[in-house]
Amino acid sequence: MTDNQQRTRSMIRGGLSLLFVAALYEAVARSGYFPAVLLPTLPTIVQTLIAMLADGTMLQHAAFTMYRVMFGFSLAVVVGLPLGILMARHPRIEHFFLPLISALMPIPSFALIPLFMLWFGIGNTTTVLIVFYAATFPMAFNTWSGVRSVNPIWLRAAGAMGADEHSLFWKVIIPGASPFIITGMRQAFLRAWIGVVGAEMIAASDWGLGWVIFDAKEFLNADVMLAALAVIGFIGFVFERAVFGTLERATIQRWGMVRVAKG
Amino acid sequence: MQPIAIRDVSLNYDTPGGKVQGVANVSIDIDASEFVCIVGPSGCGKSTLLNIIAGFLSPASGQISIGGKPVTGRGMDRGVVFQDFAQLFPWRTALGNVSFGLEMKGVANPERDKIAREQLRLVKLEKFTDSFPHHLSGGMQQRVAIARALAYNPSVLLMDEPFAALDAMTRDDMQRLLADVWRETRKTVIYVTHNVAEAVYLADRVVVMSAHPGTVKAIIKIDLPRPRDPLSVEFLDCQKELMGHLGHNTNGAALNGHGA
Repeated sequence: MTDNQQRTRSMIRGGLSLLFVAALYEAVARSGYFPAVLLPTLPTIVQTLIAMLADGTMLQHAAFTMYRVMFGFSLAVVVGLPLGILMARHPRIEHFFLPLISALMPIPSFALIPLFMLWFGIGNTTTVLIVFYAATFPMAFNTWSGVRSVNPIWLRAAGAMGADEHSLFWKVIIPGASPFIITGMRQAFLRAWIGVVGAEMIAASDWGLGWVIFDAKEFLNADVMLAALAVIGFIGFVFERAVFGTLERATIQRWGMVRVAKG
Repeated sequence: MQPIAIRDVSLNYDTPGGKVQGVANVSIDIDASEFVCIVGPSGCGKSTLLNIIAGFLSPASGQISIGGKPVTGRGMDRGVVFQDFAQLFPWRTALGNVSFGLEMKGVANPERDKIAREQLRLVKLEKFTDSFPHHLSGGMQQRVAIARALAYNPSVLLMDEPFAALDAMTRDDMQRLLADVWRETRKTVIYVTHNVAEAVYLADRVVVMSAHPGTVKAIIKIDLPRPRDPLSVEFLDCQKELMGHLGHNTNGAALNGHGA
């Protein structure tokens, strides 16, 4: 089977999974057991979605959310990646940060939202910082694991060929740890995405997909909530497949460091 | 090419049970462009000795010098080939792997590419310059590793059982190829193996080591003309003699070409 055929087949399979779940939802929504306001049918949701896309509000909400995610996520990569590498290379830094990470990572970012609101008020600062908090630890933790799992024979071979610390770092350790670094970015993005929606619900005003969902509850607008959820799911899906999937195919999959995904 | 002098080299291992002597008072002199095989049973310290020569380990006592210069650590006067296929960088193509040492040496690109391609041609992989290691067979990966170790032009090539994980047929091909590469480049080679036939096929001299502690038991000159015929009577006689030094029963029926 060629790559293209395989990709088409995997898209069809993914579509079928979605279609099945959608049909199930529609059947429950139309069964009459629940009020239509609380469980709107798919056509209603789609209409709301199209209306919100057409007047540009949904895109604007999504743009605000994306801005906060990307800002916080980028900060997390800039901090978490070097931190993870430094931890794996220097025992002192590891001794200092590892207990800190172990203690802070399990605290849900949601739990910090009220505190951050007191400190930084409502708006972008708080939401971006929540995203940053959520994403930094998985990034650092996975990078740390990745650097420790770099095959020692690569370091030995590179050392025998005269590699200094700088070359070792850029030409062996970073690519050698890349499967874990990519996993770290994925997890960081996921936690960032979860964090931003929660933060927007409480600590954002007027804009953002999380805010849309929370605001819609005041008016019993379940269709708006579900439309916003669909957008959140869609963006997450696109990132997972298009951004991280492409990154993976271009690097670690091409290098044979992970096997080809069969999804 | 430069001669190598190994003088009274010893190394101890720290184990939970205390200090264990891995290598004890090993002295070997190796001529420029000589091919020396080190054979011995598992645990005789032959790989440890190679790691000391490579500069990965420092000896507890004794010295090693290459061309009169004492070895104090790793150096680009030595190229190293390991047994493990995973020694290649999976994120670099065959050409990228071979170029690594040249990059470290600061050789700029048109020149670097040219040298790397030449090395790949030497190991007959010129058609696979752009392949990533995971697309190459074990034998091909080891050939890339040899080309990589030769690319930055070290005077000494250190090889630690590079063909031990290959099937017998591929191993024979690789031994022939290595003999050709050696004839062409005239590097000084120190080659660790536990395969007696391999040692007789490749070596000018064979160093036999014994275990606990690792010491040199005998040094045997292999005077057969090259290219060598592994099925000739003289070749088998050499093998027998070597196995005698290793303490094997040379009258037994279990004796075969690849035994060790």
